Amino acid sequence: MKTAFFIILFNLSFVLSLHAQEVTVLNSNQLLESVDTSSDTLYVVNFWATWCAPCVEELPIFNSKELSKAYKPIKVVLVSLDFKTQIDSKLKPFLQKKDITEKVVWLNESNPNNWVDKIDPSWSGAIPATKMYYKNQQTFHEGELTHDKLKEKIQFILSMN
Amino acid sequence: MKTIYLTMVLVALSLVSTAQVKVGDNAPDFKLLNTDGEMVALSDYNKEDGVILVFTCNHCPYAKLYEQRIIDLNKKYKSKKYPVVAINPNDSVAYKVDGYSYMVDKQYDFPYLLDNKGIFSEYGATKTPHIFLLKNSGDQFEVAYIGAIDDNPQDASEVKEKYLELAIQSLMEGKTPKYTSTKAIGCSIKPFK
Repeated sequence: MKTAFFIILFNLSFVLSLHAQEVTVLNSNQLLESVDTSSDTLYVVNFWATWCAPCVEELPIFNSKELSKAYKPIKVVLVSLDFKTQIDSKLKPFLQKKDITEKVVWLNESNPNNWVDKIDPSWSGAIPATKMYYKNQQTFHEGELTHDKLKEKIQFILSMN
Repeated sequence: MKTIYLTMVLVALSLVSTAQVKVGDNAPDFKLLNTDGEMVALSDYNKEDGVILVFTCNHCPYAKLYEQRIIDLNKKYKSKKYPVVAINPNDSVAYKVDGYSYMVDKQYDFPYLLDNKGIFSEYGATKTPHIFLLKNSGDQFEVAYIGAIDDNPQDASEVKEKYLELAIQSLMEGKTPKYTSTKAIGCSIKPFK
């Protein structure tokens, strides 16, 4: 009986751990390397932070299940620009609370001048900002997006191929 | 007649082209309300060698990270004829703490102006903080540097290159700055409508 209880407890903790949101730490080069432009995957990379209210507001539109209705395969990457000191205290609790299941990357960079241009030369550095990659095509948007605008942008990048 | 027509076209063009300034362009003039209730204009600084123009605000975490560094810049460069002038382009509708009374509470020892006239868009500022270093070229202010204060927003003690200060030093020596524009992360501006 006791064993059965522990097995249940073990399974329960396993299920719970699946829900615990992981944050992948990457630098800008590693982030760009993770984008595979030789595949037919559409990458939607959103730059945000928990301290950025318009970012948090638009976050629900980056739901890969919903977006995969427009195109498959699709990969959403939420790149957090939260402060290093707030990964555990703010970012992780936020992801858990909002039940965010998309891939979350914390960008391990200290000097924006070294990497902002690598994402897009037209980016001023204001967030939110969204970059898309599809095969040899790229699009970039600085500022907030709505669900409809994001879908439009997806249709646009797909049509460029 | 032809001259009048041409003048009209030129005037119309100059009204339309409110594009973002680039390094080397003339700095747009402004006259905005300061936290002491007085109006402050760029032309008030005609006797200075330059102006460190900072678009910033109260609420943005990146602006907060740089708050002390901006205060220190004014302490260091005001006496060297490069004073700080800060401008808050945000409407307090988006963030209450960006409102005028909260600006007054800051008690900065440099002007902190409320931009309800869209001056930020004439400069092409997109975020807070966003720096425009202006050089007095005699009868005009010229944009000499656009971008970040330094290379480490999150940790002032880890800064290796102070982009803005390097640019000021170069101007003081009559040289062209090593960096004339840099990129920085910041909060998008929530302007007055």
